[in-house]
Amino acid sequence: MMELFEMMLTTGLWASVIRIATPLIFATLGELICERAGVLNLGIEGIMTIGAMAGWLWVYQGGDLWGGIVFAAIVGMIFGFLHSALVVYLGVSQHVSGIGITLLASSISYYAYTLLIPFSTTPPKIVPFSVFEVPILSSIPIIGQALFHQSALTYLSYILVVITFFVLYKMPIGLTVRMAGENPVANEAQGINVLLIRTGAVMAGSALMAIGGAFLTMSAFDAFYFGMINGRGWICVALVIFASWRPGKAFLGAILFALFEALQVRAQLIGADVIPYQIFSMMPYFLSILAMMLVARKAAYPKALLVPFRQGDRI
Amino acid sequence: MRIKTRRNTPVWLIAALPILSIGVAFIIGAFFIIWAGESPINAYIALIKGSLGSTFAITESLSRATPLIFTGLAAAVAFRAKFWNIGAEGQLYCGAMAATLVGTGMIDLPAPIMIPMLFIAGAIAGCLILLVPVILKTHMKVDEVVTTLLLNFVILLFVNMLLEGPWKDPMAMGWPQAARIIDNGVLPTIVAKSRLHLGLIVALLMSVLMWAIIRFTVWGYEIRAVGHNQQASTFYGISINKSVLMVALFSGGLAGMAGVSEVAGLKGYLTLTLSPGFGYTGIAVAMLAQLHPIGVIISAIFLAAIYVGADAMSRTIDIPNYIADILVAISLLSVLVGAMLTRYRIVWGK
Repeated sequence: MMELFEMMLTTGLWASVIRIATPLIFATLGELICERAGVLNLGIEGIMTIGAMAGWLWVYQGGDLWGGIVFAAIVGMIFGFLHSALVVYLGVSQHVSGIGITLLASSISYYAYTLLIPFSTTPPKIVPFSVFEVPILSSIPIIGQALFHQSALTYLSYILVVITFFVLYKMPIGLTVRMAGENPVANEAQGINVLLIRTGAVMAGSALMAIGGAFLTMSAFDAFYFGMINGRGWICVALVIFASWRPGKAFLGAILFALFEALQVRAQLIGADVIPYQIFSMMPYFLSILAMMLVARKAAYPKALLVPFRQGDRI
Repeated sequence: MRIKTRRNTPVWLIAALPILSIGVAFIIGAFFIIWAGESPINAYIALIKGSLGSTFAITESLSRATPLIFTGLAAAVAFRAKFWNIGAEGQLYCGAMAATLVGTGMIDLPAPIMIPMLFIAGAIAGCLILLVPVILKTHMKVDEVVTTLLLNFVILLFVNMLLEGPWKDPMAMGWPQAARIIDNGVLPTIVAKSRLHLGLIVALLMSVLMWAIIRFTVWGYEIRAVGHNQQASTFYGISINKSVLMVALFSGGLAGMAGVSEVAGLKGYLTLTLSPGFGYTGIAVAMLAQLHPIGVIISAIFLAAIYVGADAMSRTIDIPNYIADILVAISLLSVLVGAMLTRYRIVWGK
């Protein structure tokens, strides 16, 4: 117990917590924006995969890092547009379309990767984002080094939490987006094009998911591996429910989740002789299910989530 | 652009829909083949030859279709009641684990008893694991989509743990695989000199059985009713929770049987590569069949042929076999659009 307590106070642990949390913050915010506009986006797992592949590929082909992030975001938006064309404009099942997008985006990622990268036993590497130390702030004990001794993408994720909160709650466009997810008819009564708002939200959200994926290949690691998203997208869908669709809570949820993940990885090293490592690896998934169980009863789903909206319909 | 309900849908349109969807997939897929610097026509000829060009190719396609019929049925039954079981992949592995547990020496009975026992054990295992999301949904209102998806990863890790630990076959030269199913439990092949096994017959029987249940029984009626309109069903006196439970038992059981069929029929032993995503492909199978149990047979064979053909093609032409996954994903998305267009009309302008 004391060991655990001491471990909690080390900078190394918290630095890795933030590193694990970053892609989750991006993707959870992305899913949150989609769902706030009334669209469940189960394409998240595939969009993260293709974001990871696209960003990495851009840099591998000689592009610069930020160009790679923009490219990943654009690719994510294309798949977001495809999803919204199906579910927003045509009103097909959001569940099935999302799974279809995941299958399509991940198979295109693997196809493109095998096609463009000659086979080798060790995957080719790029030079990833380097750590950028924020002056002053990084000298705060423990927390400073953890929060402000990270790559620029991590800082971008902090900023995005604030921006998402500000846009959703303090700006007219945010109110419109939330209304599209709660009461689209009210939106239409104001002369607002609900379909356009939903499409915009899904595309913006998908861009964030893709950047979350790109963080893995361009900052956390330096290469693309098959199956590297490994359910992170689905965990983010659970995190959105856990966060009751609020950006600030989503940030905290991602950090909390990453803390357990980091502890789990350390426990694997300590307990490897007694308990098989797979038991520890299962923990993140169990934890996500547990998190949903805790909030499920009082979860306030956006009222128009999963409900297709047809212009001119009367209720 | 406005969307209007169609008064009536021509039957030929419904029948042509899956074919059209696969056609669309092949047209869009052609661009990916051109990207790889190959001729789409040559590639598709190689694909068709590789999947249907010889007796061996056809038996390969049919044996690939076998697990897809099971997982396709699993998705079709669940989706009919709008119970989103995306966990067929995990349930498949549960069935495979049950078959391994029972079939590797725990009991040894004559084949006519042993084989049904393996299928029953697998079906029970698939049901039991799906009970977790079902109970969480009916008693705690936890969304089943995420729980079934997450359990897939848990189950795969569990299989991995067994295969690297207690179940590791010492005779397998260090490969992480379990002991072989005993001879009496192995599904016999039904075409000489092929890998096509009894599992296909079981899969076909299950399709007919599911069709009959959905079409003729009260359960089937309730499943359909709950899928169409939950509120109306409640007023009518149908217990939603009971129907969801029923659907889940069928769905999980069918997915579990897919695992039995693969372990006892095709591979002979449990490995981590038992299923290259049969659970997820099952969703495409079910949607292409428009959730019809008999249609599942046809669409499973179609998609299986695409996979087998793409494998053969990638050996002769330099195209990654992931093209098959792309084709299947596009067929899934286009059948969604198509099914929508059979029910509604798009009217341009105001």
